[in-house]
Amino acid sequence: MISVLEQRAAQIHQDGRSPFAMDCEKHSVAGSVSQRACVFCGSRVVLYPVADALHLIHGPVGCAAYTWDIRGALSSGPQLHRMSFSTDLGEKDVIYGGEPKLYQALVQLIDHYRPKAAFVYSTCIVGVIGDDVGAICRRVEAEKGLPVLPVHSEGFKGTKKDGYQSACAALFQLVGTGATDDISPLSLNILGDFNIAGETWLIRNYYERMGIQVVATITGDGRVDDIRRAHGAALNVVQCSGSMTHLARMMEDKYGIPSFRVSYFGLEDMSRALYEVADHFGDGQVRQRAAELVRDEVAAILPDLRRYKKMLRGKRAAIYTGGAFKAFSLVRSLRTLGMKTVLAGSQTGNREDYRLLRELCDEDTILVDDTNPLELAKFVQEKEVDLLIGGVKERPIAYKLGIGFCDHNHERKIGLAGFEGLRQFAREVHSTVMSPVWRLVPRRRRQQPARAANDVSTASLRPSCAGECSACDLPDCSIPAGQEILP
Amino acid sequence: MTTRTANPVSGPFVATRNACKLCTPLGACLAFAGVEGARTILHGSQGCATYIRRYMISHFKEPVDIASSNFSESATIFGGRDNLQDGLANVTRQYQPAVIGIATTCLAETIGEDVGMYLHEIRSQASPDGPALPPVVHVGTPSYCGTHAEGYLATVHALVSQLAEDGSQRDHINVFPNMFSPADLRYLKEIGADFGLPVTLLPDYSDTLDGPTWEEYQLIPQGGTPLAAVRRTGQARSSIEFTWVHGEKASAGQWLEEHFGVRNHRLPVPIGLRASDALFDVLGSICDRETPARHAAERGRLIDSLIDGHKYLFERRAVVFGEEDLVAGIVGLLGELGVHPVLCASGGDTGRLRSAIARLVPDQADRIQVRQATDFADLEELAGDLKPDILIGNSKGYWLSRRLKAPLVRIGFPIHDRVGGARLLHVGYRGAQQLADRIVNTLLESLQEQSDEGYSYL
Repeated sequence: MISVLEQRAAQIHQDGRSPFAMDCEKHSVAGSVSQRACVFCGSRVVLYPVADALHLIHGPVGCAAYTWDIRGALSSGPQLHRMSFSTDLGEKDVIYGGEPKLYQALVQLIDHYRPKAAFVYSTCIVGVIGDDVGAICRRVEAEKGLPVLPVHSEGFKGTKKDGYQSACAALFQLVGTGATDDISPLSLNILGDFNIAGETWLIRNYYERMGIQVVATITGDGRVDDIRRAHGAALNVVQCSGSMTHLARMMEDKYGIPSFRVSYFGLEDMSRALYEVADHFGDGQVRQRAAELVRDEVAAILPDLRRYKKMLRGKRAAIYTGGAFKAFSLVRSLRTLGMKTVLAGSQTGNREDYRLLRELCDEDTILVDDTNPLELAKFVQEKEVDLLIGGVKERPIAYKLGIGFCDHNHERKIGLAGFEGLRQFAREVHSTVMSPVWRLVPRRRRQQPARAANDVSTASLRPSCAGECSACDLPDCSIPAGQEILP
Repeated sequence: MTTRTANPVSGPFVATRNACKLCTPLGACLAFAGVEGARTILHGSQGCATYIRRYMISHFKEPVDIASSNFSESATIFGGRDNLQDGLANVTRQYQPAVIGIATTCLAETIGEDVGMYLHEIRSQASPDGPALPPVVHVGTPSYCGTHAEGYLATVHALVSQLAEDGSQRDHINVFPNMFSPADLRYLKEIGADFGLPVTLLPDYSDTLDGPTWEEYQLIPQGGTPLAAVRRTGQARSSIEFTWVHGEKASAGQWLEEHFGVRNHRLPVPIGLRASDALFDVLGSICDRETPARHAAERGRLIDSLIDGHKYLFERRAVVFGEEDLVAGIVGLLGELGVHPVLCASGGDTGRLRSAIARLVPDQADRIQVRQATDFADLEELAGDLKPDILIGNSKGYWLSRRLKAPLVRIGFPIHDRVGGARLLHVGYRGAQQLADRIVNTLLESLQEQSDEGYSYL
């Protein structure tokens, strides 16, 4: 029997009828197998896609080894970000200090790889042994003539969110150091998209089709020179709000650049993002182009979505994400596919996020903050879900119970953003949930009599649902036909 | 920013570029995963547990729950005793483990955490309301000393030295494997059973990290070496352990010999025919039996198959990388196949890889380049000139393989880009058979691809 730790009880909202008061933004409970990582992880994931920078991790080898080539963040040019560099501190360095090694490592790597900037990540022990990373960075910066930026990411100094802030602080040192003369008044920076499977390229293309100049993509397919002139953009559009709001705020305070948050996942959120950007500029032509773009893109994917929906209708999903904003989009996207979200949670959501999630979900949807594998397993079993959406660490929980799993994390190889991304998401969900393997697993075989005709194992046996159904004509289909999604 | 001439830094790279090693706590987590009912707590920051979980999950494709004492800034300043106490209580409450393994991280070691003293205090001041703690084994695994291989062996050593009990000798033998796959561990148990020998395999993660689908979620996966069996390692008739590169300090077998007089047999990792013979000979001598018929038959088939493939193997050039013991083992096998290991590399730095290779393939040793404390970027720079036909190592060699346009035979840990890493067999006659088949077929596949007309039979 799986129990919930007393100290964690307030971070779980189970009963839709009870007043909503969810605890969050806390340090993980010791001994709870949190799915979160640490401050370093937060900094590393945010800065990782800056492709022409050197990323040197100052500490023993583990932190660098585990983050080598870790994200599916693509670059259209340099691939330096995919290398893993570590000062690989040994016992003597720990005793006598790691500064000489850091200096030498930096100089050599800069001479060899000729990066446009260098990020130097401090790991746990660096602060403890008293290395003055800032001083070494300043010295190398002066000697080599390129920005060398310390990232204060000692693992114990907070949570992953604090790591995001350290990353933003490092990026902010770059912003404002480049020329901005050729930047259009119709311009923006894409913040908080990491170009997983080329998603930033897709979003950038949408904005460009609307006639808007994209100055910097931070950090997906990121380049140091673009970030240096990002202060010339007229707007910051922030997706992964947990990681990038801090940078947007600093840019607003110093350069007066307004910002708002968006999501590029799902039909509704993707369309809304483009319309909000168009509305922000108040330009009729831009608005017109956005409308055309949404109409064309939606029309292109609707037949497929209807087909998938017919097969997925009534299936139950659990989602556990890093940031909560992604969870909102997933709930909506699953609804577009006729699926119900019965469990939703995130590693780093705040109170407002969970209040919104509460409003968005059904009354009996369980909400969890900073959960652990046993809690997830418990609720996934209780709610009899067909699909768990999360990252690699959540995958075995689903598989052990014979439940489908989709990766919505940064290691995935399939683009899920944008309109085309929704089609791929639908295909991914469909090919997961409808696989015949679930008919073989002991738990599902037991469940079979209990779950009626809608069950995956029986539904997929019906010849009419072999995957080639015609357009959906179900009376409760909530996908608007053709242009109804347009205002 | 002004440009000034920097002090030149010459010689090999100071930084590690694409490490060919992992940190010590990972090895500890792997070893603890092979004890029945065990849960591991990493004493340090949350990220260490999460990163190691992710790394192991991607290979084993199984749940790997590792708790963290989750240091905050104040724990780093004032010590992590309270965190450890909370962590132990919470892990006990949620998982009801039979034993808890604690491994330290670099942070805990650097601030000088005395885990032994903490445990003593925590036990003596235990509140009657709190859960009763199970036995706890702790191991110091600062990641600035050694690699995951050292962490693994140190943990086996810690389990034995902290739990083994003296007593009158029993029939069983101890087998302390190296970082083998679950399939290897299952096979070792099978060999022991066929000799009629009761075997205590420590650790044994053959079920915990390669198990079936469940009807109900398990708090801790079934399987592993029972705690009682770990205690009885002190009463075994012999121990067998597999390493030629790691010193006696890390040797569980040596410790038992010194403290309880359990005779230790130190063997090379049993990869390849001769190294497997050494294992079967020792097993035979312990129980005074011939090699069981079906293993003798497997040995016969292995030799027969090596003859079938020898022409495609002779003097082909291989680059081998990974943990030092694994590399040495593979070199032994390659020596039997006629493959020339042009470069043998490891991120490990025991200083004994060259001598282990010299013992295994004495006639070849002087024409094999051996690199220790190396990384994948060095390896790429070195291997390019050596024009290898084949690479043999873990999946992190994939980029090397792609750049050198030489196929990679995936072995060991991690295999992150394929399924079935847990089911790869390396050891014994059967493991040698599978490795030899994979190596020769990989070479045949590239010959076939390079051939203009292709060919459809040999």
